[in-house]
Amino acid sequence: MSAPVKLNVNGLPVEVPAGASVAAAVAQLTLQFRRSVSAEQRAPLCGMGVCFECRVQVNGVTHVRACMTPVSEGMQVITDA
Amino acid sequence: MPDRYDVLVVGAGPAGLAAARTAAAHGARVGLLDAQPRPGGQVWRHDVRHQAPRAARDAIGKLQGVDVLASHSVVAVESSALRVETPQGGRLVSYGSLILATGARELLLPFPGWTLPGVTGAGGLQALAKQGWPVAGKRVVIAGSGPLLLAAADTLRKHGAHVLGIYEQAPAASVHAFARQLSHWPARAVQAIGLRLRLAGVPYRFGSFVRRAHGSDGVQRVDIETPTGMQTVDCDLLAVGYGLVPNTELAQLLGCTMDYQGPHPHVGVDRLLRTSVGGVYAAGEASGISGLAVARLEGAMAGHVATGHSAAAHALLPQRDRERRFGALLARHFALDRRLHTLADKDTLVCRCEDVTLGELDGFSDARAAKLATRCGMGACQGRICGTALAELGRFPRSGARPPIFPARLATLAGLTTLPSDDAYRGS
Repeated sequence: MSAPVKLNVNGLPVEVPAGASVAAAVAQLTLQFRRSVSAEQRAPLCGMGVCFECRVQVNGVTHVRACMTPVSEGMQVITDA
Repeated sequence: MPDRYDVLVVGAGPAGLAAARTAAAHGARVGLLDAQPRPGGQVWRHDVRHQAPRAARDAIGKLQGVDVLASHSVVAVESSALRVETPQGGRLVSYGSLILATGARELLLPFPGWTLPGVTGAGGLQALAKQGWPVAGKRVVIAGSGPLLLAAADTLRKHGAHVLGIYEQAPAASVHAFARQLSHWPARAVQAIGLRLRLAGVPYRFGSFVRRAHGSDGVQRVDIETPTGMQTVDCDLLAVGYGLVPNTELAQLLGCTMDYQGPHPHVGVDRLLRTSVGGVYAAGEASGISGLAVARLEGAMAGHVATGHSAAAHALLPQRDRERRFGALLARHFALDRRLHTLADKDTLVCRCEDVTLGELDGFSDARAAKLATRCGMGACQGRICGTALAELGRFPRSGARPPIFPARLATLAGLTTLPSDDAYRGS
């Protein structure tokens, strides 16, 4: 297996296997991915890019589906919880 | 990468992989695009910890002469061309022939507590785990319907999860009748027996379904209705999926005629997988849920037909027809219990994007009127979750597809080739 990837989630360091998704990286720390329009905490539902419950901010770009985005070294992820 | 292909294939699952490979073998210039970052689709999704099955490695490894266009989401259609969004910006990719291998998604039905973090689809949690989602040591309840529940349980156990039980809504008599039919499908029987052996010790209960999930910050406990009464199970994760529905949004946008056998449409095709739109073909789950074997056969057929080799496609028809019968068998034996229509109560959120409850939708008989009054279906998922659930519950069919079929950046829609980041807009 290749070396783990180090990235930041809400300012905290996280390590996941190469090829893992941003969703997997966030889940190491929290299941609070986003806040719904009525302020409920939400986390991934479909796991395949359909439901948009996993959307987070990645390297300054908002509304990125965490389940469809592979991690990369030094990535900065911010949840909307 | 060129911007025009003789044959463009949408969806890099088993059907799309077979289509691309077959068309390329006939000498066509082939593009294979998929919204996901890697080919494989859902069933052959890359696993960060375990090797893919041999068939998947073969299909993905043998794509000579095929341009794999990963992380390409189709958002709109133009004249013999698709407008796509990639992390690098928007693109217009044109084609001579188009093969739709858009696959399926899980049918997810609303019930009290289904919006709690830790409640996912069954295939959904399987997909997440393959991509490194932490399940080791977690207590998982798997529920819903169909053989996918067993496959999900198997993957989750390989990743270290403690699977507390698999709760199948179909009654025991129906599942056992299905199992007896498997003797006509020896390869499937071997597969099923292998799965059951690997899952020895995991309770597999029939006629049982999740009524409600409880928890504060996340799921902590579920109520399960069984033939012998209500059971309450403490858990860390709940994975519930009620089978599959075809992804037809792109086909609808192209104007392809849909077939309805039940509440969810699939793409209408003739014997040679031609849709009602010239030069557009559909293969695999998009034209009716039948599983992996059909997807691979129809992918190859579509690759033949799209390059003018109809005889080769005809030769695969008997095998394809036989496999499609297996799909019909599955649908019959895992038909959904009507009681599942009553899981959601008036306070249960149905539209998770706009937080619309089932009660707010009382009195509406069409999706458009409901949308205008309540915003149901107007969020980021564009009604893929709630619209499909409401169709299943018999409320009203999902409204037709309109561009963009996925949320897209304005720059993509404007036909620009680069996407400035949000930071650039803020001037930082």
